Amino acid sequence: MLLRATLLVSFGLIASAAPAGAQLLTVDHPGQYTQEDIARGSLLYNAQCFACHGRDGDQISGVDLRRGQFRRAQSDEDLAQTITRGTPGGMPPFKLDPAELTGIVAFIRAGFDTSASVKVGSAARGKSLFDGKGECATCHRVAGRGPRKAPDLSDIGLARAPAMLERSVRDPSSALQPINRPVRIVTADGTTIRGRRLNEDTHTVQIIDDRERLLSIPKKGLRSFDVITESAMPAYAGKLSDDEIADIVAFLLTLRRQ
Amino acid sequence: MTRRVAVTIALVLVALSGAIDAQVTYDRLLRAQDEPQNWITYSGGYSSQRHSLLTQITPGNVRNLELKWILPNQVFGAWQSSPIVVDGMMYITQRPNDVLAVDAKTGRVFWQYRYTNSPDARVCCGANNRGVAILGDMLYMGTLDGHLVAIDRTTGRSLWDVPVGDPKLGYSLTMAPLVVKDKVLVGSGGGEYGIRGFVAAFDAKTGKELWRFHTIPGPGEKGNETWGGDSWKTGGGSIWVTPSYDPALNLTYWGVGNPGPDWNPDQRPGDNLYTDSVIAIDPDTGTLKWHFQFSPNDPYDYDSVQIAVLADLNWKGTPTKAMLWANRNGFFYVLDRTNGKFLLGAPFVKVNWASGLDANGRPIPTPQPEGMPTWPGVQGGTNWYSPSFSPRTGLLYISAWEGYASVFRKEKAEYVPGRNFLGGGGTPYTGVTGAPGVRVGRATPINSWTDAAGNGAVMAIDPMTGQKKWVFKQFDVTDSGNLTTATDLLFTGGREGHFYALDARTGVELWKASLGGQIANGPITYAVDGKQHVSVISGNSLITFALRD
Repeated sequence: MLLRATLLVSFGLIASAAPAGAQLLTVDHPGQYTQEDIARGSLLYNAQCFACHGRDGDQISGVDLRRGQFRRAQSDEDLAQTITRGTPGGMPPFKLDPAELTGIVAFIRAGFDTSASVKVGSAARGKSLFDGKGECATCHRVAGRGPRKAPDLSDIGLARAPAMLERSVRDPSSALQPINRPVRIVTADGTTIRGRRLNEDTHTVQIIDDRERLLSIPKKGLRSFDVITESAMPAYAGKLSDDEIADIVAFLLTLRRQ
Repeated sequence: MTRRVAVTIALVLVALSGAIDAQVTYDRLLRAQDEPQNWITYSGGYSSQRHSLLTQITPGNVRNLELKWILPNQVFGAWQSSPIVVDGMMYITQRPNDVLAVDAKTGRVFWQYRYTNSPDARVCCGANNRGVAILGDMLYMGTLDGHLVAIDRTTGRSLWDVPVGDPKLGYSLTMAPLVVKDKVLVGSGGGEYGIRGFVAAFDAKTGKELWRFHTIPGPGEKGNETWGGDSWKTGGGSIWVTPSYDPALNLTYWGVGNPGPDWNPDQRPGDNLYTDSVIAIDPDTGTLKWHFQFSPNDPYDYDSVQIAVLADLNWKGTPTKAMLWANRNGFFYVLDRTNGKFLLGAPFVKVNWASGLDANGRPIPTPQPEGMPTWPGVQGGTNWYSPSFSPRTGLLYISAWEGYASVFRKEKAEYVPGRNFLGGGGTPYTGVTGAPGVRVGRATPINSWTDAAGNGAVMAIDPMTGQKKWVFKQFDVTDSGNLTTATDLLFTGGREGHFYALDARTGVELWKASLGGQIANGPITYAVDGKQHVSVISGNSLITFALRD
């Protein structure tokens, strides 16, 4: 019953987010944008939009282009109009020809993902693999279930494009975000703390340790503080078949809880 | 050197032990007073006294407060949120609906939760959010698009998300929810959109709605007769500040907002219950136990969205469970919180819309001629700014606007779903034609309206007499909340950006930090590793002080 309620809520979210929300190419709009358009848009984005919106499209307050969060635009036409007309006191108008405009919109709607090779399988099978054979659920938390050791994946389908997800499954260390790197800390009294980095500055580091505690640790006086570049997660390339990985990617793409 | 290392080790150990994931049980919420190192509800405890038992900072050493850390907000606009602090972790919201988990000792952030509002969200007065509630390992936040969200306290990810009110019709949640027992209680804003207000309770674990009480009674319900015709349908009665709770009486106390349309009472003949009222609601069932209406058939937008301050007084020789309430309409009230009986009322600022209150506390209206100023003005003698009550001094401390008036006008309002439903307006009065009046918030560094349009003040009101014990005047108005401590300090601020520590007994200024940005939240205090901190928001920065090391 609880699970059912959770699922319903998730569905509600997806439905309500749909008009304004991220519309990943592979999930909602198969074939709507051509690879050619997306590639053209990518080049144009880097030349025209990058300076203000940033690499990940999230540098303007209240706007996250890659995740489909806009201030005004809902439809592709709205997006195109915002680009060509600008916004009052904000974004300047851009003069683009129709093909360029289509490209930019395609690139944004594709979640900035220019790769064409990602295979997306069955989300239902992916869920079984996630909970079973893949043992993903033994470390990852989804929608309030599971341990907090590894990153919570409840919104990973919004946060990552398919190519990035696939890479994370096949070869986690190559896709491990530096901020998420495991840390090993030995305090002055010899206590060892292991965890995952959440934030860091010159004087302190914030981690979640292997007992799921949020700790803010002053660096001064530590016996050692190591940041490990290798992911704690096993690489699944070779462990799972390509089809199974595609299924897991499909399942991860459905995780879009806000 | 050796000693320094030892100290560091000690601090690390304390930091670790302090961070052990202790669940915030209902029992802890009930006894918030017993853990003064924490600030675990919006108002610091169910009685909403915003009074801390911490004693490290005193009138004698307050001048040694120094800056410990600043958390800047990347989003512009009045930052009205009040943080909570639990076992060394601070949880604060920022516009529009972000939550940050902050190390209360260093100001460093563990995680940030971002909620993307539907483009349908509409709010009259800015993308405000006033904070979160906590129970177990979950945080609860209302959103501008009318949702209630539960967030995992450790990971910062949402656990459930339920729609509470339709944003297309102007429903929005801006208040910090209140947890009572196993329920999350919240009400909806939207009083400028012709909503039908409500408070509702949700299962803290699942988000399932358990009951809903409409602040505007429907046909067949008691109080519906106070609305002419169909006017109840668009009657307003929004809720946008956190209620108080008396566990012994098992009653929650909610301040209800203005009727709709705001300024044209002709469109809603009658008293318009339960707008501009305090309602006492059973948190188990959502049933109304009693109500008290401050401003019947209100034409001035005098929302009663103040925090109900619960205090036990020796009232004329009888121990009395009282409720103290300085209202936007310019009157201060003492009520018996067991039954809503009116005990005392007196104006705390200039009032000319009523000549006084009758024996039952009902105002005796004296409407001003068209075009003439009405005191207090549209923002009121006070507003949503949190008061503080000190059981030590027996005084209620409020932020007030003195000498502030508006010229009101009314016009016919047509209800269009999701659009403003106002019926007129109020123009701040300055006495000089064309001179700027007090604006809703600080927009420029120059106070162009000056005290000719009104000034701010912190007032210490004696609830036994309704008289002011002292007044601390400010040149500009103030939207600051107030905080008292068991060392008789009063922390407060104002639009000028000065953050003050006053002597709570005398109102004498003991310390001031000029932070620059308007202070539009309530300061809080807490302790980490045995050290007392004071946090306040000024402009776009959350600023934390403690005594010099």
